[in-house]
Amino acid sequence: MTKELPAPTLLSPELLDEAYEQRLLERIRAGDRTACAECIDLHSAGVYRLALRMVGDPHEAEDIVQETFLNAFRTIDSFEGRSSLSTWLYRIAYNAALMRLRKKQPLHVSIEPYVDEEETATTPVQLFDWCCLPEEDFQTAEARNELERAIGELPEPLRAVFVLRELEGLSTEETAQALDLSVSNVKVRLHRARLWLRERLSGYFTELAQRSQERN
Amino acid sequence: MDAAVSHHTCKELLVSLSDYLDGEAAEALCAEIERHLADCEDCRVVVDTLRKTILLYRTLPPPSPPQTIRARLLHALELDKDAP
Repeated sequence: MTKELPAPTLLSPELLDEAYEQRLLERIRAGDRTACAECIDLHSAGVYRLALRMVGDPHEAEDIVQETFLNAFRTIDSFEGRSSLSTWLYRIAYNAALMRLRKKQPLHVSIEPYVDEEETATTPVQLFDWCCLPEEDFQTAEARNELERAIGELPEPLRAVFVLRELEGLSTEETAQALDLSVSNVKVRLHRARLWLRERLSGYFTELAQRSQERN
Repeated sequence: MDAAVSHHTCKELLVSLSDYLDGEAAEALCAEIERHLADCEDCRVVVDTLRKTILLYRTLPPPSPPQTIRARLLHALELDKDAP
């Protein structure tokens, strides 16, 4: 039997309430400014987190949040409700982040669907069992920084899938809608992101575990 | 010590690991994976460290937006002014 892993828990109850979202949308379309502020309160943190993980810079992430809501309220009439409002907002933010990344690295970032699936295929080479480390070693500021750095270094085609599915708690289908990918592509990318992170973190935790063994 | 997981069965198992850890693999596949893990130390390490990796990032505190972001956003969208 597999041990149960905790589910991502960032979704608030309002985000899951379809009737509430429908009323909110109607109010935004009717020009209700309080509804726009409510929408911002509900969704800006998630949009910010995605933007930050994508571009890695808090100021730029804030610009993307602003761009996202400006764009969303301006085009709210074109939102057909085939996805949830949050999925639509994530999609706008993702595209805005991608445009910025493309401007910075025009040769390396593509807005086209990911085609070279083998590019980031991950065959495990780190085979030291670092799970033996005491729990407090996983909870240090250094370990958390290492994990943050690793997430920031995830190959771009894997990063958005990882953030939406694993950190923001979207379903596979919602992630696929937000990023305009197929469900199977989301699953493949998520799996590769996990293996990539395991490999990347193994370097750090193996060294820590070996140092600890030498001391004892 | 570093070495690549390269055995054919190991590579096949690797493809299904996420489904297995997410509890989405079929019962027969789970049984097959568990049989393999009982005999393959390398794959057991990969499974355990992958599970630990998932646990670590799922319990990582999320980054907080700057406290001023709401006010700046409302101002930029002109939502902080009185309605006409």
